[in-house]
Amino acid sequence: MSEIIKVGMADLNVVKSPNAITTLGLGSCVGVALRDPVSKVGGLAHVMLPDSTAIRNNSNIYKFADTGVDELVKRIVAAGGTRSRLVAKIAGGAKMFAMNSNAPVVQVGARNVEAVKKKLKELGIRLLAEDTGESYGRTVVFYPETGDFIIKSVGKPEKTI
Amino acid sequence: MSENLNMEQMTSEYYDVLKEIGNIGAGNATTALAQMIGTKVDMSVPQVKLLEFKELGDMMGGAEQIMAGIYLGVEGDIEGSIMFLLKKGGAKHLVNKLMAGMGDENAPDFNEMELSALKEVGNIITGAYLNSLSTLTNLKIFPSVPDLAIDMAGALLSVPAIEFGTIGDKILLIQTQFFDETLIDGFFILIPDVESYTKILKALGIDVNITAD
Repeated sequence: MSEIIKVGMADLNVVKSPNAITTLGLGSCVGVALRDPVSKVGGLAHVMLPDSTAIRNNSNIYKFADTGVDELVKRIVAAGGTRSRLVAKIAGGAKMFAMNSNAPVVQVGARNVEAVKKKLKELGIRLLAEDTGESYGRTVVFYPETGDFIIKSVGKPEKTI
Repeated sequence: MSENLNMEQMTSEYYDVLKEIGNIGAGNATTALAQMIGTKVDMSVPQVKLLEFKELGDMMGGAEQIMAGIYLGVEGDIEGSIMFLLKKGGAKHLVNKLMAGMGDENAPDFNEMELSALKEVGNIITGAYLNSLSTLTNLKIFPSVPDLAIDMAGALLSVPAIEFGTIGDKILLIQTQFFDETLIDGFFILIPDVESYTKILKALGIDVNITAD
């Protein structure tokens, strides 16, 4: 029996095939899915903010793109994945409200996506696909067995990247 | 003044103040709503909750619960933003009431006119909250033009959660339930920046003694 593990906001987890992993209602946050295609170990992080060094209250490492991705890699390796084989898919980073404000929070979706990409590049992890930006929420399900990353949004057809 | 408000150090006194703000704000909002739709509107005693981000989605009936979110910025003596969330069913019901039955309560989505009416509902409710907060604290508070989105609760809540995320690991929300003959679940989230928090509490005569980190 396979099951689907749920990851909350500012949280992450690791699963092994045939299990899958999901996070519900990604808005400006970014869902980072990593997978080792050989051992079929994968994980998903739901990061909220781009940069842990920009904030003083940064004890929750799952909250940030930089420390969150680091931790996800560590956990996948601990679960039997091989670091050099890891590949990534990402989703989220929407701009939920079209506010005419230049408050940093309005642009946080785009900054999150950018920060995740920067981190992946730094770690030498290839980004295979992404479904980011726009102005709607996304629920994602990741299958380490196939690497399928399924994205569901309100009033839109389901897609797989 | 402390530079960094630590939410976890909030005492029950702060909660009581926030509850009172919620109570008065919701009271004003209910009156405004009742006038608008022409029926009696009741409200429940507001609940103030400090939640972990992880718990946030479940709070409003699941992260995938479709809700209407009205979000606006606040400027003046205090800065920050506020968000008002309504479950889709309740939002539909309210809008239909407001449009005197001209809306289509059974249609799955909102049409242009319904969206505009919903924005107005949000405007009135958030305006009432802000007015009472302003009167209570004697602080000048100016709201920006509200913005509306209808989407999954988790996605909408990511916006205030991220704002709270910059100051801590928890989110503070005031829940108010309105009802006429139907229950309308409304959630109100006030997101002042850290300094504004201190200002609000000080204006209300609370001796703010929150240490950094």
